[in-house]
Amino acid sequence: MQSIIAIAGLAKTYAPRPPMGAFEALKSIDLDVRRGEIFALLGPNGAGKTTLINIVCGIVTATSGTVLVDGHDNVAEFRAARSRIGLVPQELHTDAFETVWKTVSFSRGLWGKPANPAFIEKILKDLSLWEKKDNRIMTLSGGMKRRVMIAKALAHEPQILFLDEPTAGVDVELRRDMWALVRRLRDSGVTIVLTTHYIQEAEEMADRVGVISAGALIVVEDKTTLMRKLGRKQLTLHLHQRIESIPAALGAHALELRPGGQDLVYTYDTNTDRSGIAALLQDVGAAGIRFTDLQTKESSLEEIFVSLVSKRS
Amino acid sequence: MNLIAIRSIYVFEMSRWFRTVLQSILSPVISTTLYFVVFGAAIGSRFSDVGGIGYGSFIVPGLIMLMLLTQSVANASFGIYFPRFTGTIYELLSAPVSYLEIVLGYVGAAATKSIILGLIILATAGLFVPVHILHPFWMIGFLVLTAATFSLLGFIIGVWADGFEKLQLVPLLVITPLTFLGGTFYSVQMLPPAWQKVALVNPVLYLVSGFRWSFYGIADLSVAVSLGMTLAFLAVCLAVIAWIFKTGYRLKT
Repeated sequence: MQSIIAIAGLAKTYAPRPPMGAFEALKSIDLDVRRGEIFALLGPNGAGKTTLINIVCGIVTATSGTVLVDGHDNVAEFRAARSRIGLVPQELHTDAFETVWKTVSFSRGLWGKPANPAFIEKILKDLSLWEKKDNRIMTLSGGMKRRVMIAKALAHEPQILFLDEPTAGVDVELRRDMWALVRRLRDSGVTIVLTTHYIQEAEEMADRVGVISAGALIVVEDKTTLMRKLGRKQLTLHLHQRIESIPAALGAHALELRPGGQDLVYTYDTNTDRSGIAALLQDVGAAGIRFTDLQTKESSLEEIFVSLVSKRS
Repeated sequence: MNLIAIRSIYVFEMSRWFRTVLQSILSPVISTTLYFVVFGAAIGSRFSDVGGIGYGSFIVPGLIMLMLLTQSVANASFGIYFPRFTGTIYELLSAPVSYLEIVLGYVGAAATKSIILGLIILATAGLFVPVHILHPFWMIGFLVLTAATFSLLGFIIGVWADGFEKLQLVPLLVITPLTFLGGTFYSVQMLPPAWQKVALVNPVLYLVSGFRWSFYGIADLSVAVSLGMTLAFLAVCLAVIAWIFKTGYRLKT
């Protein structure tokens, strides 16, 4: 299947602004986003997530490289490329003095789409903004402003929706609404690219995950594959009696004794057929160590992410 | 051409203006009235006619120009600076609109506003002094051309400014002095010969002179020169804007 966004060799170096020198925000990024997927771009602050999105959307000029949006070059054929994209930026940039209705209708017009009050009404209702349609944006709460930004991005019926840190500073209810909306959009065929540093979100929502750090894409993978590939499991034995050190009889196993001396932690790969748990438990029994509790835990995307990023730096 | 987008920007900008229309119209009308009271009645009554025209009538075209220039620059610079300041410019930059369309929307709206104001001031002036317009076609022509040119200049200032101070700076330090020294309230021929030469570098002189000619048929300079200079200034502004958008100056990083 043709990718809806094809990024090749994309690099960006910001011109020096004294006292700061030139800053290389992106180092030759190659990335394909598949049609109809939810793609999560993960990375710490300053990794280059927003720069990448802004280049695709036309707000930042790339230093080198190309971006094809549904086959259209985003510079040479900017109209075709941009008309397919809706952007919800990270910051709440709104026209404080305008009403919700006017500002959302304006967005539709800016994209060259003829007025369609029924469609705008549907979007506002979907986002629980209908009652506020004649309110000035300055009178709305932060969460409501975030909804307005989403409504603006959807007003021109985009095929691709970029959500830059959509849930930063958003309450639980809005977050839930937003994810429900994102799923509905995906079901209707819209491709979603979102950035986040809440890994749980990516874990919950995304089909594929890209991890970006210091301007480079470290890994792009199906979420489940990524978790399987890099995921580790941990078995924790809560001991009946504290011990000072790991007994020599258990030396063959990769064990770690937690401070306090009551928890023995065994880390193993989820990919191998032989986890070694059975052997371990046998040896533990033979050494006369009694345990009162046993638990296993799979590493979250967050832990995978942290280990990936720290490995690089 | 994304005509819907041009119209959207234009309508959006005009509605921003209509929201505060009373202030927008009241302040220029009041200041024009003050000019008439001070220059027309108090001082002007001691002046003899200028080129056969009563002084009060003589200053009408200059006053309209003064308002046209300052309002065009103010409206257009604020129109593009405000989205830069609030950050809403992201939408403009990510929309499928060309730079020409952005300029047409913003500059068109700014020019419309100042033309409306110019006509209101003309009507206000008519209440104080006899005003007749010898060449209405040329009058409108100069009005539109000047409004467009200085709205373009305002747009440039709005892109260049990186704070509200700078936004005020150019109108205050450049436009107002040029207007006052451009023969708004007097004929350049009243100046000492040396200053007459200096006045010729002032682009506003050409605008006021041509505009006054369209009213009374008298001018400090030939109409062709006035028109030529106005068009030249328009061309310079267009060139600067083309450069801004080519390089993304202060709009894109």
